[in-house]
Amino acid sequence: MHPDLTTQIGSLTLRNPVIAASGTFGYGLELESLVDLNLLGAFVVKGLSLEPMPGNPPPRIVETAGGMLNAIGLANIGLEAFLRDKLPRLKQYATPVIVNIYGHHTEEYGELASAFKGVEGVAALEVNISCPNVECGGMAFGIDPFTSARVTETVVRNTDKTVIVKLSPNVTDIKIVAKAVEGAGAHALSLINTLTGMAIDVETRRPKLANIFGGLSGPAIKPIALYMVYQVARAVTIPVIGMGGIMDYKDAVEFLMVGARAVEIGTANFVNPRATVEVIEGLRTYCAENGIRKIGEIVGSLKT
Amino acid sequence: MFEVLTEVASNKRVTHDTWLMALRSAEIARAARPGQFVMIRLSLGLDPLLRRPFSICGVKEDLFLLLYRLVGKGTLLMTEVRERDRLRVLGPLGKGFARVEKNPTPLLVGGGIGAAPLVFLAQTWAERNLTFMAGFRSAKDILSPQAAIGKDTRLLVTTDDGSQGHHGPVTGLLENVLQESKAEVAVFACGPKLMLRKVAEMTMARGIPCQVSLEANMACGLGACQGCAVKAPATSGKSYVYVCKEGPVFDAKDIDWEGF
Repeated sequence: MHPDLTTQIGSLTLRNPVIAASGTFGYGLELESLVDLNLLGAFVVKGLSLEPMPGNPPPRIVETAGGMLNAIGLANIGLEAFLRDKLPRLKQYATPVIVNIYGHHTEEYGELASAFKGVEGVAALEVNISCPNVECGGMAFGIDPFTSARVTETVVRNTDKTVIVKLSPNVTDIKIVAKAVEGAGAHALSLINTLTGMAIDVETRRPKLANIFGGLSGPAIKPIALYMVYQVARAVTIPVIGMGGIMDYKDAVEFLMVGARAVEIGTANFVNPRATVEVIEGLRTYCAENGIRKIGEIVGSLKT
Repeated sequence: MFEVLTEVASNKRVTHDTWLMALRSAEIARAARPGQFVMIRLSLGLDPLLRRPFSICGVKEDLFLLLYRLVGKGTLLMTEVRERDRLRVLGPLGKGFARVEKNPTPLLVGGGIGAAPLVFLAQTWAERNLTFMAGFRSAKDILSPQAAIGKDTRLLVTTDDGSQGHHGPVTGLLENVLQESKAEVAVFACGPKLMLRKVAEMTMARGIPCQVSLEANMACGLGACQGCAVKAPATSGKSYVYVCKEGPVFDAKDIDWEGF
């Protein structure tokens, strides 16, 4: 039996529900000698801003129990260099490219979105309103339902692509932001971005990250992520992409069971560069062994 | 660059806190260049989660060697690895030492475990009449690379406390060698931050070419996470350089030593 792994995110059909998460897969090309990019459902490139961003001072990453804190600060090459140097090579792959976009203010999100209007080889935009590591913008948008909705509405108005809005877990009730973003016209949601956290060196009394705090990712956050995806999937009708600490196919199945139609894999790529393709293989075997013909049969199948 | 399951051929303690591990992978051994590194997965569970970087200290047929010091959780697990165990290794990674133009005499300057990539370099350039300066805290810390680099290579050992070899920091030894040296030289250094900064300042002041091998926290080793940033000088037009891909070996002029 060959299970059908295809899944639908807005107008986008993915050959399987496994997506490489932004910031963990570079521009895709860094891993091309280790992973057959054509096997992936999609990949999300490193968060992109209008102008290049240098990122935060080092140290930018530190490992914590079952996870890692990062404060990269959205270091990226900027729109122009991406279109010129990266996209032509990414287009050669048959896998949809999702561009993660980030602005310092609402208008910049709009400008970025319009810059991709009609651009061939970009399947969707993932709107980052949830990065904890930049001073203005980023998470500042994502923790407020009104600004979240305004950014979403601006992007939707300026694009012909599928719009996925990436939500922050650093809120009291993620359902409120999720509903506001859905109401503003988002085609899909992805969650969760990293949880804000910190770590300290007790000998020097200094934070282990130069930025003082950063975003926690990895298996340590999976139970929180799963619960948030569970809540959001029940609160909205648009597709939800689940992520947060997925290391193997079982983790992915958990997210599908609580209602995610696809999953993103992030930190696991650092531990095992082939994590994405191993999850895809694992899902295929799981479906075959459990008599599941279409992956959609698992989505939201949690028994309570 | 390969991601392979390697077999441990040996893992031996060489000083009170340092071990030498030999891993079997014909692909990695063949491709490795001095200054390059590997990322090793030390647990199939979640602790430690990320792979750890180790610089390559040499190759021998289908083996590659890692000289490492016990400093934390990751290296503790390394010491517990037994012969015939298997480890997942990603590598060889990064940009190694570059041969410099005009062929000046190479001066290799290692601080502590920083000697590791320089041993590999000394083996590769055995015919180049090089001088290897190695500094350690005390006699008990000395890693004597003489056997590995061949007896024809001039080896100068110094200890901070003077308990063996010369007395004082390796940068002092370098200062002496630079003053005595009549030939054109190029410096290749690896070691603690302060030592590297001093070496960079000494060489740049004299207009001597200098390459340094740096360390940084990193998650992927592939240029994807951008975690391993090091400040670049304002004149370079870049804000940061990345140790995993643009390094770990840099021209000393490409680093902002004030902010290092």
